[in-house]
Amino acid sequence: MAPANVYLDHAATTPVDPRVLAAMLPYFSETYGNPSSVHAYGQRAEAALESAREQVSRVLGCRPAEVIFTASGSESDNLALRGAAFAERERRGADTILVSAVEHPAVLKTARQLQQQFGFRLVVLPVDACGLVSPADLAEHLSPQVAVVSILYANNEIGTIHPIAMLAAQCRDLGVVFHTDAVQAASQLPVDVGELGVDLLAMGAHKFYGPKGVGALYVRNGIGLLPWLTGGGQEQGRRPGTHNVPLAVGLAEALALTAAERQSRNAHQQRLRDRIISAVEQTVDGARLTGHPSERLPNHASFVFPDVDGNALLAALDARGFACSSGSACKSGTPEPSETLLALGLPRRLALGSLRVTVGKDTDPQAVERFLDILPPVVAALRRPAAGGK
Amino acid sequence: MTSRRRIAVAMSGGVDSSVAAALLRDAGEDAFGLMLRLSGEDAGPANRCCAPADVAAARQVAGQLDFPFYVVDAREAFEQSVISPFLSGYAQGLTPNPCIECNRSIRWGVLLEHALAFGATHLATGHYARVEHLDGGHILRTGLDARKDQSYVLHVLTQSHLAHAIFPLGELTKEQVRAHARDPRLPVADRHESQDLCFVDGDYRAFLAARGVAPNPGPILGLEGEHLGQHSGLAHYTLGQRQGLGIASRQALYVVEKDRARNALIVGRREQVGRQRFDLAHVNWIAGAPPAPTFEAHAQVRYHAVRLRARVECRADARAAVELEATQPDVAPGQSAVFFAGDICLGGGIIQP
Ligand SMILES: Cc1ncc(COP(=O)(O)O)c(C=O)c1O
Repeated sequence: MAPANVYLDHAATTPVDPRVLAAMLPYFSETYGNPSSVHAYGQRAEAALESAREQVSRVLGCRPAEVIFTASGSESDNLALRGAAFAERERRGADTILVSAVEHPAVLKTARQLQQQFGFRLVVLPVDACGLVSPADLAEHLSPQVAVVSILYANNEIGTIHPIAMLAAQCRDLGVVFHTDAVQAASQLPVDVGELGVDLLAMGAHKFYGPKGVGALYVRNGIGLLPWLTGGGQEQGRRPGTHNVPLAVGLAEALALTAAERQSRNAHQQRLRDRIISAVEQTVDGARLTGHPSERLPNHASFVFPDVDGNALLAALDARGFACSSGSACKSGTPEPSETLLALGLPRRLALGSLRVTVGKDTDPQAVERFLDILPPVVAALRRPAAGGK
Repeated sequence: MTSRRRIAVAMSGGVDSSVAAALLRDAGEDAFGLMLRLSGEDAGPANRCCAPADVAAARQVAGQLDFPFYVVDAREAFEQSVISPFLSGYAQGLTPNPCIECNRSIRWGVLLEHALAFGATHLATGHYARVEHLDGGHILRTGLDARKDQSYVLHVLTQSHLAHAIFPLGELTKEQVRAHARDPRLPVADRHESQDLCFVDGDYRAFLAARGVAPNPGPILGLEGEHLGQHSGLAHYTLGQRQGLGIASRQALYVVEKDRARNALIVGRREQVGRQRFDLAHVNWIAGAPPAPTFEAHAQVRYHAVRLRARVECRADARAAVELEATQPDVAPGQSAVFFAGDICLGGGIIQP
């Protein structure tokens, strides 16, 4: 059999924490009622759901009624952007959407659809070489015509962290709705919405040791959202559909554990991250860190290597027992550079050779050392001869 | 780390490589699948080789066999080392065999390099051939089933290739492979048996036209220079060919020669066709050197051609001069002549005009 595998792709997803699983299990077959039902079955399920909501609200520093459960981080992003764009256009005629050039497709493609199919104006704010939108660029494009601004908290591909509080304040001054995609950030960074000053904030449980298939959206009290699923009155009619109680419980438990253990998890992860970054920069020829050198997720190391096919690199590392990721992951073998890496101004030749290494709370430092031993020879073996040579 | 061998299996989604993979898996080998992406989805005429359906089929087989499977992008290398030399050879009226170059630079070049980078100690393919690893070196033998033998296309391998080579089908007959192919884990039927020119889907001339190799018509001449008709482009004909010349003549005429200087197709009677002596370039000796400066062996001048006795005289710069025991009708420049001593493949080279 293949060697024992080492998982270094925690930005893609994380295992469900056993404590989270234990919290969820009673809500599949024991307390299985529909929270909307009048009877005792329903009441017990509703109690579990509402206590999950409260648990989430405590971490976010908001009211429980400001938390909406969804089925994924993507859905939270969709609801936030599409919901706010339509609501703001209806309320005050604002028709412009501002997003950063390095948003996850859950935001970027939603924004493009709003532009192409629904007549919104879209401005994609450029980023600097570290992946940051400049406050000056934001200021330049902010106006009462703007319906919603979406800038992600922490980037999934390059780990860069935006100074959300500052950017959100700029929007608040003009009364423009501000959404942040915190799907990556929520696993490691504080998500106190009061301190961040955001109107909308999206997350998904599977990035922080919760189950897949459940997300949450913070919606500041008073922010209008046009629902894009229509049905029953669940989640104040903003997200109809019978509640998935066990998953909501799982998200809440996972988020609470994440908040409680944040410091120790981050200390562990950051040590490993810093070790990876310094080792790779020293031992792999031409390696370049992507994203911000310091303002980055504590678990996130990402690189580009010139003249290496990033997909082949991932496959080679996997064959040797190390699961990593890249900006251009593609199982069919026809690589396209990621939009995010191109937005940083990286040339194709570099952008095609990307590698993302994201450690987790339980990553074994010795496994990281084994990874660091194997990476340089694997990169060297896969390096293409300079173009034109044979 | 253990010293156990780890095998990368070259997979195509077809029956042969799938059976090879299943045999290795069932033998308890530590294996994973590798597939090369050789052409783009939408660039030019569809490519029969490694189409998305083939990738899906190979991935499914790997899933059934429960081993990892990876696709590696080799489009650039394939274009550079196989397609473009093939096209330029074709444009010159030669009959190149791209499978030979593909085996050298792609399967046993790019693919082997990747296999090793992926931590494999060996590369297995579904070729019908055998390799024997001896202390003194590695020997390439013909596949046990003569009807399926593919050692011809493997004559470009060197000792360092063979050191890593495994051919799980080499000991099997076609019938045995078919029986294995009924294994429910494998694809139902071979959608296309691997053939030459995997990168041409159907119409050869359409492919060439799409790649800018315009047909270059010229005269068909008799051996005395008499004008007999018009050909549609030298590359469309092979030496010894009889049908399809479009000449009305009392006696059967065969393609005797391609005169590339005059862009003329030379035809003659059957006994005028063929060559007995020819030179080779780019000769590879599998053992690293020829058995002797001059030696006798059996020669095969085309994929699936019968082998004839031949005398081979080695020259400097990977060249050789060959004399066959009898004139052969289809000794085509651009194709390879490969030599055998019994069931051992010695090596070979490219037939020169
Ligand atoms: C920044 C960011 N936003 C949104 C998403 C989408 O989350 P999900 O796939 O859970 O819907 C992801 C997940 O990769 C992400 O990293």
